[in-house]
Amino acid sequence: MIIIAERINGMFTNVKEAIAEKNKQVIQELAKKQTEAGATYLDVNVGTAAADQEAAMQWLVETIQETCSTPLCLDSQKPGVIAAGLKVVNADNGVILNSTPLNKKNDEEILDKHIEMAEQAGPKASIIALTMDKNGVPQDIDTRVAIAAEIVSKTMEKGFDSRRLFIDTILLPVKVPNAQVQSGNILTAMDQIKYLADPAPHMTVGLSNLSQGATERSLINRVFLAMAISRGLDSAIADVLDQDLMNVLATAEMLMNKQIYSDSFLKVYSSANKA
Amino acid sequence: MPVPKVAERFTGSVNRLTLGATKEDGGTRSATVTVGGARNVVYGGSAADTGEKPVIAMDVLDSKPEDWPDVLVEPYKDVLDSPGDWAKKCVEEFGAELICVKFDGIHPDKNDRDAAHAVKVTEEVLKAVGVPLVLWGCGNDEKDNEVMPKVSGAAKGEKCLIGTVTEDNYKSLTAIALADGHYLITHAPLDINIAKQVNILTSDMGFPLERIVTFQATGALGYGIEYAYSIQERQRLAALTGDKMMAMPVICDVGYESWRAKEAKLTDAPGWGDPADRGPMWEVATAICLLQAGVDIIRMRHPRAVATVKNFISQIWT
Repeated sequence: MIIIAERINGMFTNVKEAIAEKNKQVIQELAKKQTEAGATYLDVNVGTAAADQEAAMQWLVETIQETCSTPLCLDSQKPGVIAAGLKVVNADNGVILNSTPLNKKNDEEILDKHIEMAEQAGPKASIIALTMDKNGVPQDIDTRVAIAAEIVSKTMEKGFDSRRLFIDTILLPVKVPNAQVQSGNILTAMDQIKYLADPAPHMTVGLSNLSQGATERSLINRVFLAMAISRGLDSAIADVLDQDLMNVLATAEMLMNKQIYSDSFLKVYSSANKA
Repeated sequence: MPVPKVAERFTGSVNRLTLGATKEDGGTRSATVTVGGARNVVYGGSAADTGEKPVIAMDVLDSKPEDWPDVLVEPYKDVLDSPGDWAKKCVEEFGAELICVKFDGIHPDKNDRDAAHAVKVTEEVLKAVGVPLVLWGCGNDEKDNEVMPKVSGAAKGEKCLIGTVTEDNYKSLTAIALADGHYLITHAPLDINIAKQVNILTSDMGFPLERIVTFQATGALGYGIEYAYSIQERQRLAALTGDKMMAMPVICDVGYESWRAKEAKLTDAPGWGDPADRGPMWEVATAICLLQAGVDIIRMRHPRAVATVKNFISQIWT
């Protein structure tokens, strides 16, 4: 399982303050703790509050790289912010560009741009593409799969290896009115998306989104994680510091025969999962 | 439309390790042997992915074997009493890349020899040959715990491969192998889950995963080879997909297991062909089959079988 640790995100108050005050210690501790907890990648998101998002992204990347070599996932809706991060990132062990929709009303070519940026960043650079287009997030299963198919065919046209592509099926908060049907829809969509290419593209979700604003957040997250792993999910942007979640992850992967069982399977999961 | 490339690629690899310490490295070996490093299955991927060539460790017993068939005794008949000369013959005449000293004679049900004997044999073999050694206990936990630490000490600093440790008996030999700078063989009874657990247990004691070779137990042709094959294959695939607890090179015991088969040793069976050929062929068939599953070190016995398997390896691993 490719686990992208979510905690270095300007949406969290301590990270937001650390960015504003250039407090390296807070960021570096998060980087180390998440790495030890089993992160394959560290997500880096400056949030919306930073005055100069490109500079903030570069500061975060450099600050993290001073303390650990865990590969990074540069997270922004603005290609310029990701590009700024790419200028300073060490992509030797990999880097993920997170994320792009299929297309946007004001930017039809945004997916192509991300593919090009990834190609320039090196052979281990990957992209996350959202099953969403200029009309927004689709509500039904078929449109989700159709957008995923378009993303896959576009990457194939460009000769971009499907193993460097992550499809994010966009989890909506279960508490949002009428969104409860979406988690089931996403599972059905996953069944189909995994057959779009051979080798299959990775499938990822922003797991914590699902429980946004709800009670029993950790429980909701981990139950969905187990369900999605059974449908082929092989990556998640998630809270690696949630030990219960990580235990469910290890157990689900073991039950799906992705990891060989041993009596100490929980204990070794995070160390066995390093890139 | 171009034909797509279908070769599978993997993200992980088998650990690479170098057995034997030369003078510069604090030992007395004249050569070292590097094993492991595969980044793909056998025949899969490019030539660069095949890793190091598998090697053959020829068995030398600490005490004269009582139950070997004539065909197997014949090539060694002058040296069976002298482990040093036996080892020398294996290296100089039969091209052994490693010598595996098997301490059968210390087993309480066999000769029940003591630690002083085992140490003497170890020193004798170290002196007689320059290749790295594999030092393999008798399989009786109590006796191995008593004798093998002394054997380890006698070869301190030589970077031998020593074993075996099991889920129920790993502490003393793991500790001493760590202290004496050796590599360790973790042993499981044809059980992939236990195999992984032994690796975890030894690694919990601070033994580096990069210094472990796994032994899954071997079944010869006709005697459970399919179990050994599928477990070794499963370990190799786990290694290649990044499971660090399973990324070790693999050793298998083809010699002992093949010569246990009645088809290998029975002389009074005219319909089965010449017994002089049958035994070595049994060993060859077992070895070559297991090589496809992913094996790095093969323990073997008959010189003709060794020559045939070496020839096979040199043609596949170029």
